[in-house]
Amino acid sequence: MKGSDSLVERNQNIDLLRFATAGSVDDGKSTLIGRLLYDSKSIFEDQLDLIKTFSKTHRNQDIDYSLVTDGLKSEREQGITIDVAYRFFSTPKRRFIITDTPGHEQYTRNMATGASNASLALILIDARNGVVTQTKRHSFISSLLGIRNFVVAVNKMDLVDYSEEVFENIVSEYNAFSDKLSDESIYYIPISALKGDNVIERSANMPWFQGSPLLDYLENVNISGGRNLTDFRFPVQYVNWGGDDFRGYCGTISSGVIHKGEKVRVLPSGKTSEISKIVTYDGDLDYAFAPMAVTLCLEDDIDISRGDMIAKVDDLPVIAGSLEANVVWMDSAPMEIGKDYLIKHTTSTVKGNFSEVLHEFDPEDISMKPSEFLRLNEIGKVKVELKTPIFADIYSENKITGSFIVIDPHTNQTAAAGMITKYNQVSPDKACKAVKTKVIRYPGDKREEAQANYDRLSMQGTHCIYVDDDLLLETLCKGIPVDSEQYSDTIEDLCKIVTKSGVSVVLCSDHLSS
Amino acid sequence: MTIKEESYRLSNLKTLEAESISIIREVAAEFENPVMLYSVGKDSSVMAHLAIKAFYPKKVPFPLLHIDTGYKFPEMYAFRDYYTKMHNLDLKVHRNEEALKKGISPLSVGTVKCCAELKTKALLDALKEGGYDAAFGGARRDEEKSRAKERIYSFRDKHGQWNPKDQKPELWNLFNSKIDPGESIRVFPLSNWTELDIWTYIYHEKIEIVPLYFAKKRPVIEKYGQLIPVYTDEHEEETKEVMCRFRTLGCHYCTGAVRSEADTLPKIIEEMMVARHSERITRIIDQDQDSSMEQKKKEGYF
Ligand SMILES: Nc1nc2c(ncn2[C@@H]2O[C@H](COP(=O)(O)OP(=O)(O)O)[C@@H](O)[C@H]2O)c(=O)[nH]1
Ligand SMILES: [Mg+2]
Repeated sequence: MKGSDSLVERNQNIDLLRFATAGSVDDGKSTLIGRLLYDSKSIFEDQLDLIKTFSKTHRNQDIDYSLVTDGLKSEREQGITIDVAYRFFSTPKRRFIITDTPGHEQYTRNMATGASNASLALILIDARNGVVTQTKRHSFISSLLGIRNFVVAVNKMDLVDYSEEVFENIVSEYNAFSDKLSDESIYYIPISALKGDNVIERSANMPWFQGSPLLDYLENVNISGGRNLTDFRFPVQYVNWGGDDFRGYCGTISSGVIHKGEKVRVLPSGKTSEISKIVTYDGDLDYAFAPMAVTLCLEDDIDISRGDMIAKVDDLPVIAGSLEANVVWMDSAPMEIGKDYLIKHTTSTVKGNFSEVLHEFDPEDISMKPSEFLRLNEIGKVKVELKTPIFADIYSENKITGSFIVIDPHTNQTAAAGMITKYNQVSPDKACKAVKTKVIRYPGDKREEAQANYDRLSMQGTHCIYVDDDLLLETLCKGIPVDSEQYSDTIEDLCKIVTKSGVSVVLCSDHLSS
Repeated sequence: MTIKEESYRLSNLKTLEAESISIIREVAAEFENPVMLYSVGKDSSVMAHLAIKAFYPKKVPFPLLHIDTGYKFPEMYAFRDYYTKMHNLDLKVHRNEEALKKGISPLSVGTVKCCAELKTKALLDALKEGGYDAAFGGARRDEEKSRAKERIYSFRDKHGQWNPKDQKPELWNLFNSKIDPGESIRVFPLSNWTELDIWTYIYHEKIEIVPLYFAKKRPVIEKYGQLIPVYTDEHEEETKEVMCRFRTLGCHYCTGAVRSEADTLPKIIEEMMVARHSERITRIIDQDQDSSMEQKKKEGYF
């Protein structure tokens, strides 16, 4: 069976694109997904027969494509989408997981659920209505979640005579808004989900549009902002031991790469060891990378439990005692300042509370306004105080170690989703005695680079100071010749004092002791 | 794609495998008393295989539970006992003995009532008796329209019921495992697998499955447009020998076979790739009403 063998292999190696729909209710999201699946022949005939029968008896039309994804009884009865539907399809070029999301404001949390694992947002706009608040809210949430590829589909072009002017006006309207988001790449396309224009085939009704049809674009688009393969992070999920002397730490690699024999540090104990084995059912590995699920064994016997973090000795996440984060509130009970919530971050769940709402975002124009607390579907930047520190990164640099959910301990509701923008490091003796602070050295002519790194570190909340020759000569080393031993010793002593109190040093000088 | 990304690339199946293993471990770590539903079918074989992988080199730390209606194919019982013994899995079996004593079967009370007694009630009783707070199921989102709507962690109230209109948000891979005493969750580690993924995985990993999945000449009768296998000589008249196989396995009264020549995995996969009907078409029970699966799920069925 050579034929199917190669088919199977090909199916395995083409890449996967997860995308989520977004936009206001009735803009045609479900219809478009139904159309895409129908036209690409991805619906089984028995399922199609059911849809056609229902369309004829209840909708008075041959086929209502939205029924393909609106799978719940109440959705079909009310003709709306309430919760996310996950659909799968593939073409010879790509595999797709589509999440079709609801447009109603009251179901915003379901939209966020669908978008959280997507790498592209397919935003629909009704050509007759243009950009509305829900378009903006969903675009903003997609942007906050880190989606950097947007497709903006202006739908129902059949109802505006396929007018180029209508399309162009909506494009400029959306462009004016999206300037306030992060730097997303946006592909604009005029379509009719109902009639099929520009969905799979180029539309004969809109010869003025030169771009590729939707499916063609989705098959070929380059997706940016993927995995972090640089910083190795391994939140311990499950400790596997008992009986004999096997002891392994099970988990999923959040980011980065790890090799057998590499030196690692375990947080919060700060102890170091070496990877002795990377165990899997299929045999031990020489190296493993995100997002593999493996079992790590260490050379040394260290006390490690679920919620601990394994990272490389010279590249650690921050031990954060408090955070600033963008938060989407998803519970009907509003946020209570000062109340104890549970914060689930990687594999650890800790107590924490909101000390302050720094500002709330107005989805209309992403402007910031003051707010006491957040209510259902509101988005804001907040300060979080943690009772136990977590091992975190900034969301934009690491989605997995930069995100958390908030659980109300009284109702068990998932109350909010958070994306870390800044952290405050716990002083070393409080959380982790052995965490080494760093002296980051730059040659004297790399002052700009050194300052930029210092800015980045302190913006993220790392305790650090900046030192260069000018500053030294003005103060500690006034009158001391730069090439003397005294000069370089003074620098070393300064670093010693500062790092002892848990503060890192960004040092820019050529006059160091060898 | 950069060179670095290219050399640290995971195939689709390996990515799905990692995601499933991660879910299985998370539940084992966060719940007191999990159990894995084992229906003996291909998805169960894959799920059990993933559990074995997740805890290798140690034993799977939770039991497998088979809800036995008493009407499964004889080959399924034989395979169940062989497979669980072979992999050192802790198998528990539960039946609604009371209903069986009353003679409940699809022939006597119809499929809807029969399922309610022998599957849903048996399942709810078994979960209650075992005190299980989390139960793994092998359902996939591509199977059926209401399953396409379900979360990976699906909450059930004290009566084991699902409320599809009020599911908790589920962002990234951060699962909320907080429940009140008496409540439980159903967990679907295979949510994002398609039927084709299951078959190619079985092929790659050499996972054993019940021989009924492979085409063979079998005695059947044709009923409701389905091929129903015959195990007694009741229907001698209409019985004919047909080369056929099963796409899903359930109770012998309610599961039809399809005409097929596919007697090896590659042939099955090839057949799959051109399939025009969903696998559930061979389940007579799903076709009772338009929302029959959703209704059953609301009542506590998987
Ligand atoms: N004329 C026209 N109607 C459309 C088009 N796309 C969707 N619709 C209709 O708009 C309504 C809402 O569509 P639906 O897909 O449910 O919107 P959703 O709420 O965004 O999922 C339905 O009645 C569709 O038939 C289109 O391109 N042209
Ligand atoms: Mg919809």
